[in-house]
Amino acid sequence: MTAFPLTSAFLIGSRRSLRLVERNLFVYKHGWLVLLSGFFEPLFYLLSIGFGLGALIGTIPGPNGQPIPYQLFVAPALLASSAMNGAVMESTFNFFFKLNYNKTFTSILSTPLSPGDVATGELTWALIRGGLYALGFMGVMVVLGLVVSPWVIFAVPAALLVGFAFGAVGMAATSFMKTWQDFDLVQLVILPLFLFSATFYPLETYPEPLQVIVQLTPLYQGVDLIRSLTVGAISPILLFHVAYLLVMGFAGLYVVSRRLDKLLLQ
Amino acid sequence: MALAPAYSGIGRVFEHRLVLYLKTFRASIFSSFLTPILFLTAMGLGLGAYVDANQSLGGVSYLAFLAPGLLVATCMQVAAFEATFPIMAGLVWSRVYHAMYATPIRGSDIALGNLAWMGFRLLLVASIFAIVIVLFGAATSPLIVLAIPVAMLTGLAFAAPIAAFAATQRTPEKFAAIFRFGITPLFLFSGTFYPVESLPAIVQPLAWLTPLYHGIVLARGLSLGTIGVSPTIPLALVHLAILLGFIVVGTFFAVRLISARLVRG
Amino acid sequence: MTETLAAASAPEVGASPAPGPLIHARGLTKRFGELTAVDAIDFDVAPGESFGFLGPNGAGKTSAMRMIGCVSPMSAGTLQVLGMDPIADGPRIRARLGVVPQQDTLDTELTVRENLLLYGRYFGLSRAECAKRADELLDFAQLTERAGDQVEHMSGGMKRRLTIARSLINEPDLLLLDEPTTGLDPQARHLLWDRLYRLKQRGVTLVLTTHYMDEAEQLCDRLVVMDKAKIVAEGSPRELIERYSTREVTELRFAAGVQETLDGQLEGLAERIERLPDRVLLYADDGEAAVAAAHARGLEPETVLVRRSSLEDVFLRLTGRSLAD
Repeated sequence: MTAFPLTSAFLIGSRRSLRLVERNLFVYKHGWLVLLSGFFEPLFYLLSIGFGLGALIGTIPGPNGQPIPYQLFVAPALLASSAMNGAVMESTFNFFFKLNYNKTFTSILSTPLSPGDVATGELTWALIRGGLYALGFMGVMVVLGLVVSPWVIFAVPAALLVGFAFGAVGMAATSFMKTWQDFDLVQLVILPLFLFSATFYPLETYPEPLQVIVQLTPLYQGVDLIRSLTVGAISPILLFHVAYLLVMGFAGLYVVSRRLDKLLLQ
Repeated sequence: MALAPAYSGIGRVFEHRLVLYLKTFRASIFSSFLTPILFLTAMGLGLGAYVDANQSLGGVSYLAFLAPGLLVATCMQVAAFEATFPIMAGLVWSRVYHAMYATPIRGSDIALGNLAWMGFRLLLVASIFAIVIVLFGAATSPLIVLAIPVAMLTGLAFAAPIAAFAATQRTPEKFAAIFRFGITPLFLFSGTFYPVESLPAIVQPLAWLTPLYHGIVLARGLSLGTIGVSPTIPLALVHLAILLGFIVVGTFFAVRLISARLVRG
Repeated sequence: MTETLAAASAPEVGASPAPGPLIHARGLTKRFGELTAVDAIDFDVAPGESFGFLGPNGAGKTSAMRMIGCVSPMSAGTLQVLGMDPIADGPRIRARLGVVPQQDTLDTELTVRENLLLYGRYFGLSRAECAKRADELLDFAQLTERAGDQVEHMSGGMKRRLTIARSLINEPDLLLLDEPTTGLDPQARHLLWDRLYRLKQRGVTLVLTTHYMDEAEQLCDRLVVMDKAKIVAEGSPRELIERYSTREVTELRFAAGVQETLDGQLEGLAERIERLPDRVLLYADDGEAAVAAAHARGLEPETVLVRRSSLEDVFLRLTGRSLAD
């Protein structure tokens, strides 16, 4: 709950970084279709997997262990994983392109903006996008009757937190990448996270030792956090999820700022 | 210099793609194995346990049901990728197709050589996927072997028309829309994860319009060994004919539009 | 017929008397919808000669080159390349052409040497033959040390040299170069000219387009000046200068605002006078005499430059505009 004001205060703290957001807005004026399409992907997944496949499954054990409809189970997980996907796309492929090909940043840095401003500005942009998608997705959940607890209000800031954590780490990783081939590694990390973070079925499906490993992975934090908020299963473990994602995000930001200093101010 | 016979132009274009592919061959083979393993484990085994608990598929395990669907859908995705960005690279970015066209190679050679390469690449991807399916014990019939060419043909049924479209584009902007509003929805709604019959009755006929549905029905019938009953042989031939129709029409346009683009410069 | 032609113009054989032109064009026309890019031009290119299209951007040079290269069908007229019809025999003609396009078309994902090898394969050469020729051409293009480098990371000059090397892999009878040095720095241009000059000496037939008059003067035995889709003059660089200009040119630059007040004061100073926005050109065989005459009339230019006439002056005379426009 405290996540949203904290992160946004940090990000928007630097006013100059907003110039970067403006730049992105300007670029996307021409690519609004691409922008809009980001909203449809999780929606398609919800309709197909949640309802189509859900019809074959019926109910499945929720965060408290009590059975809930499969749509309700999978919708928050899709919200979390699309927040991850969106943030990773923006912070890896697009960020790499800007860093190495477009030379956008090099020209920006001949202005009073610092590398830290660049990093936070890019991330803020990714989060604004992610926030809009999350709001849209919540709207769809309301329409489809997938809202059962008032705590669901915090699902959108929680999705932003997931985006922040993955976006920051994604940028940090990208600052070390040299060729497009390195991005195969990104897919190699993202796909297993998407499939195995208790996204499509409960954690208890795994044998005990595997459960522990899954519980330590980053997307699981987001999935369990948003799912628990959605069904109103509030427990102290949620604070751990929030702390995990915050630490991950700030660590990523710290690394990327250091790296950008090195890469851009030679 | 004696001019090389007509078919060799296609071979040269194929060779070009092969040389490029060999540069990233290992990473590509690795992910060709890994992707089906991850998907079959998570969706087939993990989620499958909850589907099987309901006996929703009339005795067929969800893993066995899902595997051929994913096989064909994966070929569709690979084909869509191969038919967009590499074609744009050759015509617009590095313009290597224009370099080829300055030699005895013809526009049709460039179109057909690339499609031949895509067929080969799909065959590779499908074969690896089929091996993984067999290792998972998810194939109930030896006819799974025939699901490999079916998956390849389904891929080509996408690759040919998409390559034709790619030849008309100057920027990759619309490719994202193809993936988001074409490939991803098809992946999700064409019977990969559950029978099309679970969809609302009004949208079911739409599945017939897409090559993916026909490929999945055929591959599933082969992998489960139900072909002859579901689908019946005449129906299977109709599915096959539709796939071939997409390939023939798509190839015709790919040859025309790629040639036209080369002439325009 | 075509076989003897090929033999006559093959680089190794040298210049034996040629039986006919390598390119024969009459009324050659290219239209794109309403726009006429090439308007009924006539020219011939003989074996062993170095032939140029000189003109500003948009004059129709590239369109003409693409028709000769058999990658763009003509809209009207006659065109024969190597004695064959580009429409019916496109691939057969292209098998004997070398093409250096205006925009690089190198395969950036491949190395320098791989670019040569694969390009040779497009001509149906065996792998062994490709390897042999690639090594020779790397040496010729002074790229042997860069053979294993990725093309993506090379300088513009190196890419052009590689493109020229690539165009020679099939030992072409005719080499087509479209703006071969546009966008290069002076040093890279001179290096490239040196390579092209060597090819010329070996007897390779060159056809090139350029909007640089110095390039045309350096490389062309004979050229046509193109403007607005038409050929406006033809000849060797020397002939064109003799015909359309004087031996020397005097350039006078005046202080800001002075040039506009000179009405009537310049007449008779030279055979011909051109007023450009920033300077006045006096065309007279004796430049120093023209300067003296100007001073005698009390004119006080800020700077005076006497130089030899160039193709730039020819172009100005023919079109009233400068090449750089």
